[in-house]
Amino acid sequence: MSMIFGVPLAVLSGQLLIGVINGAFYALLSLGLAVIFGLLKIINFAHGAMYMLGALVTVVLFDALGINYWVALFLVPIIVGAFGMLIEYFLLRRIAGQDHIYSLLLTFGVALIIQGVLTNIYGVSGLRYTMPDIFKGGVNLGFMFLPYYRAWVIVAALLVCFGTWFIIEKTKLGSYLRAGTEDSQLMQGFGINVPLLISLTYGFGVMLAAFAGVLAAPIYSVTPVMGSSILIVVFAVVVIGGMGSIGGAIITGILMGVVEGLTKTFYPPASSAVIFLVMVVVLMFRPTGLFGKEA
Amino acid sequence: MTMTKKLLTSAVASALMVGAAQAEITDNTVKIGYLADMSGTYRDLAGPNGLAALEMAIKDFGGKVNGAKIEVVSADDRNSPDAASSTVRRWVENDNVDMVAGLVASSVSIAVSKILEENDKLGIVSGSAASSITNEHCTPNHIHYVYDTYPLANGTASAVVKEGGQSWYLLTADYAFGHALEGDVTRVVEENGGEVIGKVRHPFPTQDFSSFILQAQASGADVVGLANAGADTTNAINTASEFGVTQSGQTLAALLLFLTDVHALGAETAQGIQLTTGWYWDMNDETREWSDRFMEETGVRPTMVHAGIYSSTLQYLNAVAATGSDNAQAVREQMMDTPINDMFAKNGRIREDGRMVHDMYLAEVKTPAESSSDWDLYKILRTIPADQAYRPLSESKCDLVNN
Repeated sequence: MSMIFGVPLAVLSGQLLIGVINGAFYALLSLGLAVIFGLLKIINFAHGAMYMLGALVTVVLFDALGINYWVALFLVPIIVGAFGMLIEYFLLRRIAGQDHIYSLLLTFGVALIIQGVLTNIYGVSGLRYTMPDIFKGGVNLGFMFLPYYRAWVIVAALLVCFGTWFIIEKTKLGSYLRAGTEDSQLMQGFGINVPLLISLTYGFGVMLAAFAGVLAAPIYSVTPVMGSSILIVVFAVVVIGGMGSIGGAIITGILMGVVEGLTKTFYPPASSAVIFLVMVVVLMFRPTGLFGKEA
Repeated sequence: MTMTKKLLTSAVASALMVGAAQAEITDNTVKIGYLADMSGTYRDLAGPNGLAALEMAIKDFGGKVNGAKIEVVSADDRNSPDAASSTVRRWVENDNVDMVAGLVASSVSIAVSKILEENDKLGIVSGSAASSITNEHCTPNHIHYVYDTYPLANGTASAVVKEGGQSWYLLTADYAFGHALEGDVTRVVEENGGEVIGKVRHPFPTQDFSSFILQAQASGADVVGLANAGADTTNAINTASEFGVTQSGQTLAALLLFLTDVHALGAETAQGIQLTTGWYWDMNDETREWSDRFMEETGVRPTMVHAGIYSSTLQYLNAVAATGSDNAQAVREQMMDTPINDMFAKNGRIREDGRMVHDMYLAEVKTPAESSSDWDLYKILRTIPADQAYRPLSESKCDLVNN
């Protein structure tokens, strides 16, 4: 078998694919953050909590009402997104225009409260969620066993990522969004309801996180603390990609998944640090990130 | 000759009596600090319900010891040795805490035991796993109560090797506990004629195990051993089942599983997994009776750690009552002299290295058909007698043991 740095090629191909799958999660989460920051200039530290809510609500809805995975895939992002809009309406709106640090602290506080309350109710051992039957099993690719569900994760995440990028960068609605945040007074003069636009944008960013949460529910332990560790990684991804760059967040997300996957193969102890190492290096040479516009 | 002997004896006796007369409960309060992970990965196996177990013990003891009141303070260690150290330093230096209970992450217990030794206070470790806590890290100021990595390896690893699992691949949590467990498992596997052909040390905590599971599959080992705990273990088991590890002929061996983990996985996913435990709620009338009371308080069945916290707190309070003192050394000595016979252990005893040795159990997770309720999860396969379960003193690296 051919080897690369002492690792069989087959193993390496498998790790690359796993990296892309995990990268798809990072892309979905960092995309939501980038939308919220790029359009609203809010540093959303509640993003991990929203991802967790996506997964948790999926499980709770199934247990309480028997709502299945496919319905949850649409329903849960709407529920959690609406919850996000409430946070925007009652809390974030009051500190609009203040320094970034206010939105950071406020959303961080909200995240801790949500996480704490749910930990008291559900504990941290993890809630059970059974994978839909259609995804049980997988296909042997020769170099690895690919569970059907992981293949679905790539497809679903990339579709949603591309759709979001397309709406924001290429449609009229997207141009309203971008203009509304650039010069809200002028837009209001044109008769566009800017506050509603802002609520919807925040809600949409949260929906993306919740969608990632639904995707995660069948494969990861669903616990109230599942969002806290992933949040920091996702922030690093956004910084590397360039704060606010929509396409940058998607590409960097996948790239970082691969980088992390390779580190897990060659030097596992560094796998939790490697993304931050990349962040440091990128910031040293390109302070605005890989895809960020010069300030 | 007999004269001198008599004289000596009475001299010793009177010296002891003077000692006893001087012994007292400082500020007429016995203060217990409960330190555990109250909000993170290890919350459910000890956490707030461990505090409930501690308070049950104090209540059952009568709420007072020799007329002195018993106070409890508690804190979240957030699995951080630094946070834990500063809390315990404040407790023993400013708040007159006499004994620290709980103690879950091994790295936390090792850090805290050093501070307790400096200040000559007592620690009773109930949640930690690392066998190094009473080996190279032993102090005269702590006791390790419920279990450790040595019997975990002895029970589960030797059972799996004997069933034909010759070659092993280990997934190890990259900190003190994982390293200790990895060492103990490697020793047991090799002693039984098996071999560890590969291992990977993963960061603690890790959410996505797919990369590591893939490496374990590629290794071609008979057994994939999980030298981790809590959410890391449940995530690894879930991912292993998703990637078809057992279907492809590999055996999964979880070396440390708590009842709360198995409950989270469910009998469907976890069935057939063998594990080693220090206690199970459904073993006899005594354990069931206590578990029912615990469930009334907390709404869940107790883990071995919860039961150990209850038992060790009662042992501690009995020792304080017997010596009339909250002095760490006097109490520890009294506890070492008293065999433990309660709902947690039969003929348990605390050795000079601080290890409480008692019978351990090899269990198997029931199938959904065998399991009659949500918490009816284990069948006990065999008892591992105390003297075979734990590291013998002859192999100890602890300074308190004369080798």
